[in-house]
Amino acid sequence: MAKAKDIIKLIQKKFKKDIISAEEFRGEAVVKVKKEKLLNLCEFLYKEKKLLFNLLVDVTAVDFLPYDRKPRFDVVYILTSIDNEHRMILKTEVDEGEKVPSVYHIWKSANFPEREVYDMFGIEFEGHPDLRRLLMWPGYEYHPLRKDFPTKGYDFEQTWDPETIKENVIKF
Amino acid sequence: MAAERTWKLHFGPHHPSTHGVLRIDLELEGEKVIKATPIIGQLHRGIEKIAEDFTFHQAIPLTDRLDYTAASLNNLGYVLAVEKLLGIEVPKRAQYLRVIISELSRIMGHHLWIGSAALDLGAMTVVFYAFSDREVIMECIEEASGGRLTPTYMRIGGVAKDVTEKFVERVKYFVDMFPVKIDGYETLLTDNIIWRQRNENLAVISYEEAINLGLTGAVGRASGVNYDVRKAFPYSSYEDFDFQVPVGTRGDAFDRYMCRIEEMRQSVKIIKQAIENLPDGPVMADIPYLNPPQEKVRTDIDALIRRFKFVLSGFKAPKGEVYQSVEGSKGELGFYIYSDGGEKPYRLKIKSPCYIHVSALPAMIEGYMISDIITAIGGLDIVLGEIDR
Repeated sequence: MAKAKDIIKLIQKKFKKDIISAEEFRGEAVVKVKKEKLLNLCEFLYKEKKLLFNLLVDVTAVDFLPYDRKPRFDVVYILTSIDNEHRMILKTEVDEGEKVPSVYHIWKSANFPEREVYDMFGIEFEGHPDLRRLLMWPGYEYHPLRKDFPTKGYDFEQTWDPETIKENVIKF
Repeated sequence: MAAERTWKLHFGPHHPSTHGVLRIDLELEGEKVIKATPIIGQLHRGIEKIAEDFTFHQAIPLTDRLDYTAASLNNLGYVLAVEKLLGIEVPKRAQYLRVIISELSRIMGHHLWIGSAALDLGAMTVVFYAFSDREVIMECIEEASGGRLTPTYMRIGGVAKDVTEKFVERVKYFVDMFPVKIDGYETLLTDNIIWRQRNENLAVISYEEAINLGLTGAVGRASGVNYDVRKAFPYSSYEDFDFQVPVGTRGDAFDRYMCRIEEMRQSVKIIKQAIENLPDGPVMADIPYLNPPQEKVRTDIDALIRRFKFVLSGFKAPKGEVYQSVEGSKGELGFYIYSDGGEKPYRLKIKSPCYIHVSALPAMIEGYMISDIITAIGGLDIVLGEIDR
């Protein structure tokens, strides 16, 4: 069981320039990496014997619109190592309209969570095999978990327009 | 001879064996499943969005509505996440009570699973036995919290109130009576030739695949993944108790069933140890910014004002982000909280185990017959309240 400090040390040794921030909070490592190096770091975390993060628990995002931050979103990956029994939080920054590389080819469990982030925040994942809306219906215009979306939601017309349906329905 | 054409079938969302409003779009070749696409979101209530407008305390009842078959486990996960964010310690008695209530909830969840999974395959007797035993647990939880299905017993810093003598008696009665009942389920199902033939070598997932797909809980353990959050990242004094984690070898639906049966036995073992060694002391941490204990509110004006402040405006949490998970009745149930230093969770993400399991459903059922889907879903033990959130 590697401690948070050791995890951070190992990552910083390999990716010194590409780490935006690395800190320990409540006993867990929170590392923020540049978007360009995300895939390299993920592969390193997956393969490195001392770390061996083989379980991707979750992918999510945080919207920083009220803080007027640029880039707007944080994409968060929660990783666990079953063999070494430690976990960490990995983050990357992305602005509106930009794409994040998908980690689907490393961890297949990223399938639904990445789709949900696309659905709820409008962040697109490059290389995801099936990036469609997950919880909201096809043809819905908004991204509900963005901070500019009201909790009550917007009124919408239930459009069962055959053309929209045709576009969005799964094609076999 | 390969069939000349394939055809499409919408399985669900109102099919009784999907255990809720899960829809699966199937592509079939005769009766064989070529491609399956699960479609979720029909029970989406936006709990994560609603929680952003609530204070940390107000968001507790929302978590009850996730996995409503084992509601207290969701409460526990959420309050543990907030406690981790605040960095507070909970009294030992409250920790033990949390363990008892959450293990009872786990058994409750497994009761509903064993009843409905057997009912899907036509074994009707099991559901009656399971639900009558579930009632005994419900009475225990009712005695402790006042609620049955959605108790909201956990609080940030402890539990809602101390338990009575009657609760301890009821739990002791349950612990004595239940192991025999598990043997009863086993005689009905484990030795049942129909149950075995329909479950064995079905929806097989290998060890590597299970980790890669993110399967946890009994589903992952059936494939040999020895991962239990209670052992790997102990919380709420789980390190005090002696229990084993059952691990399967074949990774089929039958191993998932056997893992859950054994899990119930281990849960009983934990409850027995916890109720016998229940320490004395307070059930709420006495921290200035948290809800003061009930007795104090009635006698102390300062405590009364504190409660008023706590309920109306909440408390401010430090800036930071935490992820805390518990072993839910279905798998690893996690809560990620991002706090910006305010009194509301800036972002609350619920990692639900069933959600990941449904994403693995195509890998399990493709290549099998259409009637095997029902068995596979039964073995997964999904709850749509947790998937759609």
